[in-house]
Amino acid sequence: MTLIAFYILSTIVVASALFVVAARNPVHSVLWLILAFFTSAGLLVLIGAEFLAMLLVVVYVGAVAVLFLFVVMMLDIDFVALKQGFQNYLVVGILLALALLAEIGIVVAAATFGGGETFNPNPGGATNAEALSNVLYDDYLLLFQMCGIVLLVAMMGAIVLTLRSRPTVKRQNIAQQVGRKRKDAVELKDVRPGQGIP
Amino acid sequence: MENLFTWGGGMWGGIGLAVLQILSMVVIMLVCIAFLLLFDRKVWAAVQLRKGPNVVGPFGLLQSFADLIKFVLKEVIIPAGANKTVFLLAPIITLTLALVGWAVIPVAPGWVVANLNVGVLYLFAISSLGVYGIIMGGWASNSKYPFLGGLRSAAQMVSYEVSIGFVIVTVLLLVGSLNLSDVVENQAGGIWNWHAFAFPTIFVMFPMFVIFFISALAETNRPPFDLPEAESELVAGYQVEYSSSPYLMFMIGEYVSIVLMCAMLSILFFGGWHMPIPIPGVEGLPDWLLSLGGLLVFMGKITFFFFLFAMVKAIVPRYRYDQLMRLGWKIFLPTSLVAVVIVAGYATFTNAGIRPGFDALDTNKSGALEAPELAAVTLPAGMDRDKDGVISWNEYRRNSGAVN
Repeated sequence: MTLIAFYILSTIVVASALFVVAARNPVHSVLWLILAFFTSAGLLVLIGAEFLAMLLVVVYVGAVAVLFLFVVMMLDIDFVALKQGFQNYLVVGILLALALLAEIGIVVAAATFGGGETFNPNPGGATNAEALSNVLYDDYLLLFQMCGIVLLVAMMGAIVLTLRSRPTVKRQNIAQQVGRKRKDAVELKDVRPGQGIP
Repeated sequence: MENLFTWGGGMWGGIGLAVLQILSMVVIMLVCIAFLLLFDRKVWAAVQLRKGPNVVGPFGLLQSFADLIKFVLKEVIIPAGANKTVFLLAPIITLTLALVGWAVIPVAPGWVVANLNVGVLYLFAISSLGVYGIIMGGWASNSKYPFLGGLRSAAQMVSYEVSIGFVIVTVLLLVGSLNLSDVVENQAGGIWNWHAFAFPTIFVMFPMFVIFFISALAETNRPPFDLPEAESELVAGYQVEYSSSPYLMFMIGEYVSIVLMCAMLSILFFGGWHMPIPIPGVEGLPDWLLSLGGLLVFMGKITFFFFLFAMVKAIVPRYRYDQLMRLGWKIFLPTSLVAVVIVAGYATFTNAGIRPGFDALDTNKSGALEAPELAAVTLPAGMDRDKDGVISWNEYRRNSGAVN
């Protein structure tokens, strides 16, 4: 049962990864990418790492890919110009693909023949959310927090780079609006007939 | 996951049972949705001193079914410039994702299609996918208004997901488990144990409940946050080009996810299937009767929240887009972040939450061990008692390798 599910899911992952590259329309590429992400989450569930699977869906499918799609949809894409660079980048692309393939091969070989630790999603009977948090918040707490700080600095850098203050733009000041009293806004005039407002 | 395939005689029996569970869940829910839709319109009409739908069937009870037939029998129009596959895929995705979320909702004690250990995260993941239906529909229509609606909706849903996530984290910290059934069990014993009202945390959790409610409105594109389909600006937003059955799928999907949000509200904050005041002597009744009662209580709570949603729709005027973003990022996000810190501190110092697998040791409500039981606990190797004899639950758990 698990084996059948594994083959179905991994076929879908590989096929959709292929379509990410092969699709002519970039929006379709992103949609195939989303399918690939989602199906790999299914693979993670299959080996018992349900927490990681959910995180993959929440972070990559739910947030990162949405922004991807957001950007790609708004691009004005010229397909002819897109195809022109293909020849130039072909060699680099093939080299990168070979490097990636070699790396995957090394990892798989090391895991298969190295006799290292076998995969266990629930070490010591803990659920894998607990197991992960034991590692992240106990053993590697300092490193984990430092990663957080690096991300924070990166985020602040992005904001500093893109934030422009435009003095001409009118902004809404909610506190000012809420704090406004009747006497600031309305003035009652006692107008006598035929005299007009002084 | 465990009850899905292992119950009821072998693999095929298990699969058959699972399919049966899923089908009954979907059918019952869709029928309920039909009546909730009518309820929504009736509430809306009552606020505006109208009668609402009252022609089809007694009191207009069959109005939703008449609408269904009308939608299905109309012609499906696909715009010439539309990206046909994505155009038709979008409503299907919306409806499917809305329905799939119900798989982990425990409707009564033990009545759940898939009792996932990470149920809350699953719900969060599914609700974060809901944006795809809308953004794909908006893009594939190949028209300006739908596209603008889709973009608005993507930004809006991504923004409000962040605060929803933090609010969920506060609840999880109080419970100590990601399983939705555990979340409900943690609120057993009456209204004073519900997360929204439990005593010392009420000052944080009740505001969190309000934030969750408002974020749920924004997440499901309900008024006052229905900017993706703001008819005065965008005609009908991402739905402009849709007609007939695809439109129907969008609409049902929207309502299913609204009711899902109502269910999440009642599970996370309002005690799920538990009565507000426990009825004495009810434990003697047979299990199925208790479950049925729990189901009714749960449905009552969902209907209550749906009523609130309908009232908000009827009463509150629509937000402007910058106000919406300001509310999400500048008010809800900092507030919920502070709440996470406060609740985390509270949970650490009081040892809050139920401890699955630790029940045999008879903990008191706060989870710390009582003095008589303390002496009886045999400690696992590699663990010592604190100086006042208290056993740290986390340490015990880690050292003994206790199983959920």
